[in-house]
Amino acid sequence: MHNISFRRRFVNFLGIGAIVGATLVVLMPLFLIMGTVIYRGIGSITWAFFTRIPQPVGETGGGMANAIVGTAMIMGVAALIGIPLGVGSGIYLAEYGRNASGNIVRFTADVLNGIPSIVIGITVYALVVLIQHHFSLLAGGIALGIMMIPTVCRTTEEVLLMVPQSVREAALGLGIPQWRTTLSVVVPSAASGIITSIMLACARVAGETAPLLFTAFGNQFWNLKLNQPTAALPLQIFAYAISPYEEWHRMAWAGALVLILSIMATVILVRFATSRGMLKGAH
Amino acid sequence: MRAQIKLPVKQDSAPAGAESPSSNGTGAAADKPLSLVPAAFKIKFQTKNNAFADGTFRTLVILCALSVMVIVGLIAFELVRQSHLSMAKFGFKFLSTSIWDPVAENFGALPAIYGTLVSSLLALVLAVPLSLGTALFITEICPRRLRGILSLLVELLAAIPSVIYGLWGIFFLAPLLRTEGQPFLARYFGWTGLFEGPKYGIGMLAAGIILAIMILPIITSISREVMLAVPRQQREAALALGATRWEVLRIAVLRNARAGIFGAIILGLGRAIGETMAVTMVIGNRPEIARSLFAPGYTLASMIANEFSEATSDMHLSALVEVGLVLFAITLIVNAIAQFMIWSITRGMPARNIA
Repeated sequence: MHNISFRRRFVNFLGIGAIVGATLVVLMPLFLIMGTVIYRGIGSITWAFFTRIPQPVGETGGGMANAIVGTAMIMGVAALIGIPLGVGSGIYLAEYGRNASGNIVRFTADVLNGIPSIVIGITVYALVVLIQHHFSLLAGGIALGIMMIPTVCRTTEEVLLMVPQSVREAALGLGIPQWRTTLSVVVPSAASGIITSIMLACARVAGETAPLLFTAFGNQFWNLKLNQPTAALPLQIFAYAISPYEEWHRMAWAGALVLILSIMATVILVRFATSRGMLKGAH
Repeated sequence: MRAQIKLPVKQDSAPAGAESPSSNGTGAAADKPLSLVPAAFKIKFQTKNNAFADGTFRTLVILCALSVMVIVGLIAFELVRQSHLSMAKFGFKFLSTSIWDPVAENFGALPAIYGTLVSSLLALVLAVPLSLGTALFITEICPRRLRGILSLLVELLAAIPSVIYGLWGIFFLAPLLRTEGQPFLARYFGWTGLFEGPKYGIGMLAAGIILAIMILPIITSISREVMLAVPRQQREAALALGATRWEVLRIAVLRNARAGIFGAIILGLGRAIGETMAVTMVIGNRPEIARSLFAPGYTLASMIANEFSEATSDMHLSALVEVGLVLFAITLIVNAIAQFMIWSITRGMPARNIA
């Protein structure tokens, strides 16, 4: 060791120190944000928060029940669009798309993944809202569904490719037609990975606000109809956060706490299950 | 893969054709050599159906894949179609003039383009060293059992919705900047001209910091994957030559992974450019070009988020859609470059999720 110059040892020390320091700095915002949200939100989490709809300005109390249900329904519509299209195109890429046309689809999916969510919002506004003449739950669901497709598609492809080729050959060798091979042999053995990707995609879009601004639009009251404007948790948080009222800020923090906890719970659950081998095939 | 399906067809072609009319079940099965006939008949029967089913299934998944292309095509088409009004009126001046006046229906997106670029670059300057440090720590330094936890924490940072970043930015970061950060920067770095003027808290600086936090996870996780793709032998070779730990990272890891790391950075840039809610909440939303980072600004995305639902005139709407089109074009180019850089280093490895 003594023949390593002091300068090199010093640079090594500095470099490694900087790396460790950088890691600590990166982790800091996570704990700061979680801490702030829990600290400021926990006080306003009451039974009423989950059962009541928002009160007008000046009255205390009220809750976000309509926004929670609204988010759930928008997510339902999004899942109906995003999961079949995402899994289907993932199957295409893994089983039929090992060629030029597959590469085009792959590139397009990556492009779709990179399109800013607000731009998807504008497009759905032009395609659905303008035609319906209404901001609506349906439009919000379509916007989020479109955002789910690329994530689900690419991860589905990835986990399907992890199924050994010999499994496919064995099934085909038994005379099982290809579509049955794919659906009854390949997809089930990758099912856990696909479920993981779907849940992560849901967690990712559940907190999206920008695509809902001009599609679901938000609503102070209950709405369960597909063609009416609908409240959503992220929209409500946004509206409350930029309002000038102290009471509404408190509601925004409470909403943020509920949203962040449900998203993190999903992510941690999925990761935990994956690492324990309950959901094999995902990584 | 496609060739294998045809196997059953060859099998049944010779005997089944002759025997099938008489072979309905029991009669044929009683004869000793012909007991295979019903099975052969069955295979043939299935083959026809299977060809049909295979075709249907194939068509279905192709339709799903096509839907992805149709959606992207529709997005581009709608953006162009809805913005033709403003395109016809302003032409390329839309990109180079800085007056944004909805009342006089005079629109130039330069301040928003400037704000988008400045806030994103600021985010990159802050985020790149931190993310690379974290990625190096996770792949090269930390004990194996910490690896999973650290990756999970970074992923959790990515899972925080942007509206919550914005909320935190308004009520935590902006006041902190106003009382602590901005006076400090103004005192020691005020001479650069970047840190002067009234200290609102919210503004370009706050937006840059929030964006930096938001793109940390994506740069970290992708550069981590790229670093893992660097062959072990490269590190061993450097060590064998007597390199210190830091020199191994610099010579073996960073140098070999640089194309992919560059791709990760560009991908982070793409994220920062398109990020909407958090920026809208902390940037101050004023269509002006100011040299100071303390001043409020505007980005393409926040302009749309702020004004779209309040725009009443057709020209205003059309101009906002054109802003969206500019945003779409910028992110498309940026992401294409990033994908190419990442592909150039990880090709030959299995497809990976870049989400």
